Amino acid sequence: MTPAEYYQRDRRLHPPALTPDYKTSVARSPRLSLISLQGSMSEITGPTFGHGDISPIDNDLIKNYAKDGDPIGERIIVHGRVLDENARPVPNTLVEVWQANAGGRYRHKKDSYLAPIDPNFGGCGRTITDDDGYYFFRTIKPGAYPWRNWVNNWRPAHIHVSVFGHAFCQRLITQLYFEGDPLIPICPIVQTIPDADAIDRLTAKLDMNAGVPLDSIAYRFDIVLRGRRSTMFENRLEGN
Amino acid sequence: MKIVDALANRPHYLPETASQTAGPYVHIGLAPGAAGFRIFDRELGWDIAGPNAAGERIRVEGLVIDGSGSPVKDVLIEVWQANAAGIYAHPEGGGEVEDGFRGWGRVITDFETGEWGFDTVKPGPVRARGRMESGVAQRVRDSHPDWQGRAQEDNVPMAPHLNLWIVARGINIGLNTRMYFDDETAANAADPVLNLIEWERRRATLIARRTVRDGTPVYRFDIRLQGEDETVFFDV
Repeated sequence: MTPAEYYQRDRRLHPPALTPDYKTSVARSPRLSLISLQGSMSEITGPTFGHGDISPIDNDLIKNYAKDGDPIGERIIVHGRVLDENARPVPNTLVEVWQANAGGRYRHKKDSYLAPIDPNFGGCGRTITDDDGYYFFRTIKPGAYPWRNWVNNWRPAHIHVSVFGHAFCQRLITQLYFEGDPLIPICPIVQTIPDADAIDRLTAKLDMNAGVPLDSIAYRFDIVLRGRRSTMFENRLEGN
Repeated sequence: MKIVDALANRPHYLPETASQTAGPYVHIGLAPGAAGFRIFDRELGWDIAGPNAAGERIRVEGLVIDGSGSPVKDVLIEVWQANAAGIYAHPEGGGEVEDGFRGWGRVITDFETGEWGFDTVKPGPVRARGRMESGVAQRVRDSHPDWQGRAQEDNVPMAPHLNLWIVARGINIGLNTRMYFDDETAANAADPVLNLIEWERRRATLIARRTVRDGTPVYRFDIRLQGEDETVFFDV
């Protein structure tokens, strides 16, 4: 099979490097243009992961750090598919998440917010998508929290999401928000994204049918990674 | 796909999910030990080459420096590299790699100093990108055997390099760059990616300096996010 490139990234759907309302970006943003590369072996390959790399409990944030009970908070399921721009599933790819607890506090030695640490909540998880690109996590809904930017900025409730895909050029870190959160339109980090539809796609939607009655409510969150040009496989056109 | 789109011959693609900053607490998710707690049986990315990899064992160190000249102390860097034979640990990586060689790792900066470093093996030259084109283009070419296209410049192998991906608070979308080796003068001079950088003096921002410490080669690679000698970053 001839190696094939990935579609060029449409950077108009992503935040630019320099976004002055998000102050930390000012000193950390390159000022010169990125040099555009056609895909080479270095970009169309990427690390592979298997079930030997993780443990089955890793996608259950309610249980994976529990000491003497469940963490406090709204019990939720986050689920969806990892797809590519061709709408094909991305199977066997590593999805990692991290988040604050229900009070908006991270279990991190650099977080000094006054909301308490939850002794039963670690706040990170990981899983590998199945053959259909499907993944799920069980967790508690994170709380909003204040951060130093302007004097009184609050992050909307969010879960950080890291995805690999099958090529290093597909690597993506993003944040999942929750439908209906009034902090979304006034958050300087969310609003680094110049495209309103792109923001809407980062907003997980309530999915009543996927919840567990009397136990957990569910949110749906599909993730789209870059797609790849069709390739010739045994003289047959694959994809497209 | 909506039927009306199909009837209109409009190609239909899903838009890529937008990037957001990894934030200050990226370590919780990707390096929880560094955040200060133990949760997973195995953290990923601490061993890039494994015990069986051939080639020269090296260490790579540096700082990430912001536009004020200060070290950035909450960065996470991922590295992706070929083995000493120039092969990536991937189904399309060009062949087999040593057992235990993953070629991928992640490292965080020291919270106090901003210094980062990792141990690995020096990669070999990587084969040329070749004629990497879509199946559609291949069909066109196959029906015109004399069609040459741009094959020439695509047939130059790449000098040994590490692919780096940098995320942190304040970085809205991960920054891709490459680290080359200063003891590969001839290969670097022919490298198709370095040569793509129009400003020759900027190419030096991608070349790490070799020293030897206690018998181990150490390559120094400082990454400057902006300002004088801003590192070259790629849209890959």
